[in-house]
Amino acid sequence: MSFGLQTAAYIAASVLFILALGGLSNQESAKRAIWFGIVGMAIAVVATIFGPGVSLGFFLIVALLIGAGAGAVIAKRVEMTGMPQLVAALHSFVGLAAVFIGINSDINPPAGLHGAEQVIHEIEIFLGVFIGAITFTGSIIAYGKLAGKLDGKALILPGRHLWNVLMVVASLVLLIMYMNHAGSWTLYLMTLIAFVVGAHLVMAIGGADMPVVVSMLNSYSGWAAAATGFLLGNDLLIVTGALVGSSGAILSYIMCKAMNRQFLSVILGGFGGPSGPAMEIAGEQIAINAEGVAAALDDADSVIIVPGYGMAVAQAQQSVSELTKRLRDKGKSVRFAIHPVAGRLPGHMNVLLAEARVPYDIVLEMDEINEDFPSTDVVIVIGSNDIVNPAAQEDPNSPIAGMPVLEVWKAKQVFVSKRGQGTGYSGIENPLFYKENTRMFYGDAKVSVDSLLPLLS
Amino acid sequence: MKIGAPKEIFEGEARVAMTPESAAQLQKLGYDCAIQSGAGAGAGFSDKSYKDAGVEVIKSATALWKAADVVIKVRPPNDTEAKRLIKGQTLISFFYPGQNEALMELAKSKGANVIAMDMVPRISRAQKMDALSSMANIAGYRAVIEAGNNFGRFFTGQVTAAGKVPPAKVLVVGAGVAGLAAVGTSTSLGAITYAFDVRPEVAEQIESMGAEFVFLDFDEEQQDGASTGGYAPVSSPEFRDAQLAKFRELAPEMDIVITTALIPGRDAPKLWLKDMVAAMKPGSVVVDLAAERGGNCELTVPDEKIVTKNGVTIVGYTDFPSRMAAQASTLYSNNVRHMLSDLTPDKDGKVNHDMDDDVIRGATATYKGKITFPPPPPKVAAIAVQKQKAPEKSPQEIAATEAAALKSAGQRQVGLLVFGGLLMALIGAYAPASFMQHFIVFVLSCFIGFQVIWGVSHALHTPLMAITNAISGIIIIGALLQIGSGSAIVVVLAGISVLIASINIVGGFLVTRRMLQMFQKS
Repeated sequence: MSFGLQTAAYIAASVLFILALGGLSNQESAKRAIWFGIVGMAIAVVATIFGPGVSLGFFLIVALLIGAGAGAVIAKRVEMTGMPQLVAALHSFVGLAAVFIGINSDINPPAGLHGAEQVIHEIEIFLGVFIGAITFTGSIIAYGKLAGKLDGKALILPGRHLWNVLMVVASLVLLIMYMNHAGSWTLYLMTLIAFVVGAHLVMAIGGADMPVVVSMLNSYSGWAAAATGFLLGNDLLIVTGALVGSSGAILSYIMCKAMNRQFLSVILGGFGGPSGPAMEIAGEQIAINAEGVAAALDDADSVIIVPGYGMAVAQAQQSVSELTKRLRDKGKSVRFAIHPVAGRLPGHMNVLLAEARVPYDIVLEMDEINEDFPSTDVVIVIGSNDIVNPAAQEDPNSPIAGMPVLEVWKAKQVFVSKRGQGTGYSGIENPLFYKENTRMFYGDAKVSVDSLLPLLS
Repeated sequence: MKIGAPKEIFEGEARVAMTPESAAQLQKLGYDCAIQSGAGAGAGFSDKSYKDAGVEVIKSATALWKAADVVIKVRPPNDTEAKRLIKGQTLISFFYPGQNEALMELAKSKGANVIAMDMVPRISRAQKMDALSSMANIAGYRAVIEAGNNFGRFFTGQVTAAGKVPPAKVLVVGAGVAGLAAVGTSTSLGAITYAFDVRPEVAEQIESMGAEFVFLDFDEEQQDGASTGGYAPVSSPEFRDAQLAKFRELAPEMDIVITTALIPGRDAPKLWLKDMVAAMKPGSVVVDLAAERGGNCELTVPDEKIVTKNGVTIVGYTDFPSRMAAQASTLYSNNVRHMLSDLTPDKDGKVNHDMDDDVIRGATATYKGKITFPPPPPKVAAIAVQKQKAPEKSPQEIAATEAAALKSAGQRQVGLLVFGGLLMALIGAYAPASFMQHFIVFVLSCFIGFQVIWGVSHALHTPLMAITNAISGIIIIGALLQIGSGSAIVVVLAGISVLIASINIVGGFLVTRRMLQMFQKS
C-alpha cells in the first residue's frame, strides 16, 4: 500500500472516530455510532499493517490474536458493576504502550534528524514516556482501589505536595541532561520517577473522587497517544489522542462542577477543611420497616428513585428494576434521578440500570428532574449520601457547601435505604436523615428492596 | 404486667384507648391486655374482636381498675376514677396537669404514676406518641366535614349543564396541625383555600398544601415559633389590630371560616369578632376548633351549633375527634402503644419508668408520690432555631452581577486567546515546519473533540469512556511501525505494546457495544 493511500485511510479513520464519538449524543444513534468506531479502527490497523515499513511477521500475528482474544473474553465476562475497574485497567495499557513506544524510539531513533527537529523529538519522547508512565501506574492504583484490592481511603503522606514538586523538578533536570546527550539512563530514571508520581497521585485520592480520577486518567491516556503520534510523526495518532484527551478533560470538568470543587483540589487530594462549626442537626433518625415503605408506595402516584454507589455495591439493580416494573404496572409514575457523580464512573448508574432493563427514558439527569421533587409523593434513596445532602445548600460552613445536590427532601416523603447509621464517604453528617419527612429503611439495599417486592404484588 | 383500658365515662365520649390491633402490639411487648366490656363499642370494636385478639374482657370498671397494673384511657379520670388508683399503678391518659391541680393532688396522694399524653414534649423522637397532634389532625379534617355538612353549596367549582357553580372560599386561621389538616382536606375537596398564621415560617407549609398564605403587611420583627416549642407566641396589640383589619377585609368573601388558633396555657384569642360574622354572607359557616377554650369567634357557644340572625352557622363542637371515634381510637391507641414501647425498652412486659428520658420525664405528672409537673425544659430543642436569611438581592443587583460575570468571562476568553496566540507564535518562531504541520492537526483535533464531546448525553458517559478506551488503542499503530525494527528489545517491547493495545481495541469496542445494547426504551 502506498504512503498516499495509507494517509487516505487515516483520514477516513479520523472522520469515523469523530462520528463514533458524536453519535453518543443519544442512545439510539449510539448503537449505530459504535460501528463507525469499529470500522475506523479496522481501516487504520489494516492500512498500517499493509503499509510501508511494516513486515507482517509471525510474532505480530500471535500478539494481535492473543490480545484480541483476551479483549473479547474480558468484554464478555465483565460485570457492569465492574466497569470502573475495567476502564481503569484499559487506561493503564495505553499508558504502558506509550512508555514502550517512547523507549523504542529512543533506542532506534528515526534517521536524518538534526537541529531543532532533534530537540523537539527528544522532548516528545520524554513527554510521551512521562505521561504514559503516570497513566500506567495511576491507572493501576485506580484499578486496585476500584476493585477493592487496595484500601479505598486516601493515603496522605506528610509533605506529599513537596514530594510531587521535587519529582517533577527532577524529571525536568533529567530532560535537560537527556537533551545534552547524557545518555539513555536519564530517560529510564525519569520513567521510574514518573511511575512513582502516578502511583502517589492516585493513592492520595479517596473513593468518591474516583469518577474524577478515572476521567483524568482517560484524558491522560489520550494525551499519551497524542504525544506518541508526535514522536512518530503520525497524524492519526495525534488526532485520536487529542479526541480522547479532550473527552477525558471534559468529563473531569463535568464531574468537578457537579461537586463544586476545583479540578486541582480534587487531584491534589483531600477536602478543604470546614470554614466553621457545622450546623447542629436537630431530631433523630426514624426507622421504618418494609411494610411501612410498601404502604407508602401503594398510596403514592409519583415515585423517584435516587441510586448511588451503595446500589452497585449491594448489586441491587435487578431488584430495583423489578420494583420499578411492579410500581409502573400499578400505573404509578416512576423515575430515576441521577447525580453526575453518583457511582464510581461518569454515567455508571445509567449503565447499571440499563443492564437491569430499566428503560432509559425514565432515567433522568439532575438538571432535568430537580424541579420535580416538590410534586413527588415518595423518593427512595438507595445507597447514596452526599449527593442528597441538604447541608450543601443550608449550611454555608459545610465542606460540601455549594455543591449541586438532588433536592429530595422537598418531596412529601423520603425513604433512605442504608446499611447503618454511619456517615458517607466524606464523613459529613447528612441532615436529610433527620428531616421530619425522612424515614430510614436500614439494611442491605438488595435485601431491603427484595423484601418490598412481595408486598407490592 | 397487665394493661387495662376502661370504658370512657365522659358523656358522649366514644373513643377508646386500646384497639384489638394495638393490643396485639402490646402483647408483643410482653404485656397482658384487658378491656372493660363494651369499651370499644362507640368506636366500632366489639368485645368479640378484642377476645379474638387475646384480650381479656372484664365486666365492671372496678374490677378492671383493680386488675390492671397500667391503666390506659383517653379522657382525664374524673374523681370516682381517680379514687380507684392504687399505689404503684401507672395511668396513661390525657391529663392536662396545668388545669387539673386537684386531680393531680389526688393522684399523688394515691401514689400512682401518671403519664399525661398531652404533655409529651414536641421533639422529633416523640412525634409517634404526640396524641395532641393526632387528635388535632382528626379535628382539622372533621372541621371541614362539619362545615361542608352545614354549607349549602359545593366546595369545588363546577360547570354543569344547568349553569356554573363557583368554588367555595375557605379561610383557615391558625396553621398548626389541625389547621394544616383542615387546609389539606379543604383543598382536596376543591375549595379555594386561604390560611393565616402569626408565624411567618409556616407560609411554606401552607403553600405546599395548596393553599394561599394570607400575607400580613406588618413591619415587626416576628418572634419565631422555635422559641416557644413550635407553638404560636402571644402577639403584640399592634400586630393584633393589623390582623383583625385583614380578617375584616376577608370576611365578606369567605364562605367557610375554620379557626384553630390556640396559645398554650391561655384562653383562645378572639380573632373572629361579631362584626366579621355580621359581614359574612348568609349560608356561610364558621367552625371554631378552639371552642373548648372559649373560642376564637366571639359568638361561639361551646358544644353547640348556632345560627346567627344573618344566617351564618357557627359550629362550636368540642368533640371532633370523638365524632370520628374509630379513626381517633386507632391513632390514639397507637400513640399510647408507642409510649408503652418506650416505657418497655427490654420488651419484657415490665414498665421501666426512666425519669432521665426526656420524653417520659416530660410527660410524667406524678411519680412515686411526688408531683413532677411542670417538667424541666427538654434537652433537645423542638425546632431548629431559624437562621438569619441573607438579604435578598434586588433584580438590578442580580442583573449587575450577571453582567459583570459575563464581562469578566469575555475578558478571560480574550485573554486566553491572546495568550494562546502568543504561545503559538513563540512555538512557530522556533519549531521546524514538520512539527508545525502536526501541531495544527493536534490543535484542531482538540477543538473538534471539545465540540463533539459536549454533545454527548450524560447517560452515556460510561460508554463514552469505554469507546475512548477502544480508540486510544490506536496507539497500536505506533507499535506496528516499530515491530519491524532490527533490535531485539524494540521488537519485544513493540510486541507487548501490540498485544495490550489490541486488548484495548477489542475489549473496548465489545464492551461498549454490550452496554449500548442494554439501553432500552420503555
